[in-house]
Amino acid sequence: MLVFSFLVKRLFQSFLVLLSVAFIAFALFKFVGDPISNMVGQDTTLAEREKLAERLGLNDPFPVQFFNFIKGAAVGDFGLSYRHKVPVSQLIAERAPATLELAIISALLSVFVGIPMGVYTAIRRKGLLSRSFMTVSLVGISLPTFLIGILFIFLFGVILRWLPTFGRGEVVQIGFWTTGLLTWSGIKSLILPSVTLALFQMTLIMRLVRTEMLEVLTTDYIKFARARGLKENAVNFGHALKNTLIPVITIIGLQLGLVMAFAIITETVFQWPGMGMLFIQAIEEVDVPVMAAYLMMISLVFVAINLAVDILYAFVDPRLTIDGGSKHG
Amino acid sequence: MTIMKKMLTTVAAMSMVLGAGLAEANTLKFAFQGDAQSLDPHGLNETFTLGFLSNVYEGLTLLDDNLKLQPGLATSWEVTSPTTIVFKLREGVKFHNGNSFNADDVIFSWKRTLSEGSDQKVRGGMVADIKKIDDLTVEVHTKGPQPLMPSEWAWIYMMDKEWAEEHGAVNAANVKEETANGYSLNHSNGTGPFEVVSRQPDVKTVFKRSENHWNTNVATNVTEVIFTPVKQAATRTAALISGELDMVYPIPVQDWSRLDSEEGVSALRGAEARTIFLGMDQMRDELLYSNIKGKNPLKDIRVRKALAHALNLEVIKKKIMRGASTPSGLMIAPQVNGHNQALNTPYAYDPELSKKLLAEAGYPDGFEITIDCPNNRYVNDEKICQAAAAMMAKVGIDMKVLAQPKAKYFAKVLAQNNYDTSMYLLGWTPGSMDVHNVLEGLLSCQDKENNVGLYNLGNYCNARVDELTKLIQVETDAVKRQAYVDEAMQIAKDEVAYLPIHQQPLSWGISDKITVNQRADNAFDFRYVVFK
Repeated sequence: MLVFSFLVKRLFQSFLVLLSVAFIAFALFKFVGDPISNMVGQDTTLAEREKLAERLGLNDPFPVQFFNFIKGAAVGDFGLSYRHKVPVSQLIAERAPATLELAIISALLSVFVGIPMGVYTAIRRKGLLSRSFMTVSLVGISLPTFLIGILFIFLFGVILRWLPTFGRGEVVQIGFWTTGLLTWSGIKSLILPSVTLALFQMTLIMRLVRTEMLEVLTTDYIKFARARGLKENAVNFGHALKNTLIPVITIIGLQLGLVMAFAIITETVFQWPGMGMLFIQAIEEVDVPVMAAYLMMISLVFVAINLAVDILYAFVDPRLTIDGGSKHG
Repeated sequence: MTIMKKMLTTVAAMSMVLGAGLAEANTLKFAFQGDAQSLDPHGLNETFTLGFLSNVYEGLTLLDDNLKLQPGLATSWEVTSPTTIVFKLREGVKFHNGNSFNADDVIFSWKRTLSEGSDQKVRGGMVADIKKIDDLTVEVHTKGPQPLMPSEWAWIYMMDKEWAEEHGAVNAANVKEETANGYSLNHSNGTGPFEVVSRQPDVKTVFKRSENHWNTNVATNVTEVIFTPVKQAATRTAALISGELDMVYPIPVQDWSRLDSEEGVSALRGAEARTIFLGMDQMRDELLYSNIKGKNPLKDIRVRKALAHALNLEVIKKKIMRGASTPSGLMIAPQVNGHNQALNTPYAYDPELSKKLLAEAGYPDGFEITIDCPNNRYVNDEKICQAAAAMMAKVGIDMKVLAQPKAKYFAKVLAQNNYDTSMYLLGWTPGSMDVHNVLEGLLSCQDKENNVGLYNLGNYCNARVDELTKLIQVETDAVKRQAYVDEAMQIAKDEVAYLPIHQQPLSWGISDKITVNQRADNAFDFRYVVFK
């Protein structure tokens, strides 16, 4: 019963968060510019512009506009894109596969490269390779994504000419999903953007694993394991690594949302036709329905992740339900 | 190091072989910073979209490589009365779906330009009625004398009536209706030399050469065109140098030297027909953004002259435009019909004269003023404003630059927001390539009712100029017309209506594999692309 009321409370709070995101976003759109002058040419008369504004409901008072927006958004209807003149939900569905593919590949890359690197640097702390990993990771953490992207383009695209500099290559349509993973040009196109996007997470995971490992390696049970004569690998991976993974997994989960958000910059640099690109384009063209839908979607992802985490905590530690909302996600 | 070099040479050699292979297929790959708004021929009256579509759709008239008017889907036209123009249509023209082009399609297309979602209502509205004489003759009745109608209609693209009816695209695609009428957004059926094979907005559009195009003299040997918008300038430039694209635009001015130093690519920097100028608020009794209260210094012709003589256009050309702009004394470019080189001398740079004029006008210590400036619309727009501010500082005027993205800039300064500006930087290309468009839009007194002076943001107003503009609109005698134009332009110049800066350069990057025609309105016409 306590758990149930906790859930209801959490759900209600999530709903409030979404509503306030919608409100803030909607209020900000007033300052992005005039949608009309992006929708018509220079010769269009004032009367025509006025008519268009009227039809789009741009002349309605703010509360009316906001209410109409919420009414549509509640059932997933964000209206037609001002620029593309097609439903926003259709645009997002078209673009989602590109972003998700990029985000998932980057996440996998950062996990499967970041963890081994972390383990290695922890075990061979003084090794030359470890030191160079650590130095490179500094670059990964401190250089902004767009700069890394441009450097990659310059090095691998322009100087070496190994990889394409932009776009997604040839894609294959499978039902509603488009994938670049089934063509050679699609895979080649994915390499630079996914590495660019993964770099930050990769370094983060590597450093986290390294620190955790260093701590675990000094504990008694590792010493006992060694004393029992277990092989180095069995100790390092079987015993030590396993115990470092709990915080790492938490971080990876929370970072997934961030990867999607970071994707905006990577997508712009590599002209990756995903949702981030759609959003950037929408800002430039003052395409309010697209901006609104994208922001709502991203906040929904974050809220959902936090809600899931909260619920998991509640099941793991029922005490949380008693001191109620003191914990914040 | 030598191994590295060898590898590089091998890679280069390999890519050359691959490049040669591609040249056989003659696939043209190009990129622009954005995408055409849609494939709907009447959806948006804007240069890139219309230029993009000019490869697919055609009008009764066409603009050639030098922006000169040529017969298009009409072989000839004749003015039979001041308000009647008879067009003879070309015989044997087929749409991409095989349908024949005829008078019904002309009437249909005209009516479509007047539909709710159309952005071509101004051009469509020049016409009161179109009568079909026979299948290949139409009689166009204009609203009043409209001698410019044939050149304006180079941008009114002809659609196939049957095709539009079959696909529910009778009206121009509309942002407020359901998507059922959205067919024309991503599908096309024109008469042009290229047809669209597939399109994904903002991602990729593929064209192929149409087999049954009426004009067998088109220069191009391109068989397929792949267009991808690439937003980031650095990515665009990189894709051109790496050989992935054959043509990209625009190229940032500061990247020219880099393109020139690379093998196999070059920067094309012809003169664009777009004139960049500064405008001044001459209507309010007190400026919105100035420290002078109770009066408007810009209403004083001596102050406007002082500003004009304070600008050093040669420095802007050299330092900001890398020598590639054309300083201008007129509000129109040399490519525009009505241009007279004799009047094109810019105001002389003379800061001493400026100071003197300011002192005479009662501002010996200058004054403060804010200039509105876009920062992503024209070539180096913000830098021009900053340079102008530095030049103004030398004569004592404290000019603050408010530079914003174009979406915000236009929302602030245009008529919809009551011209909320004291000074501004704007660029203008007359769509019709005729001086009348500039006289009516920029130099006539504001008249919202009649849609005149819509972009005369500071409301420069002179009754004689207005009168001349009306005469120019209907005058068909070329010599008389030019005399009117010269008189109007001279008045505007003497009264310092605006401060013209320059015609900005076009900036295209092309691969040495191809030759192109760089049209002065920045439209990319595939008709002139030839693989060597």
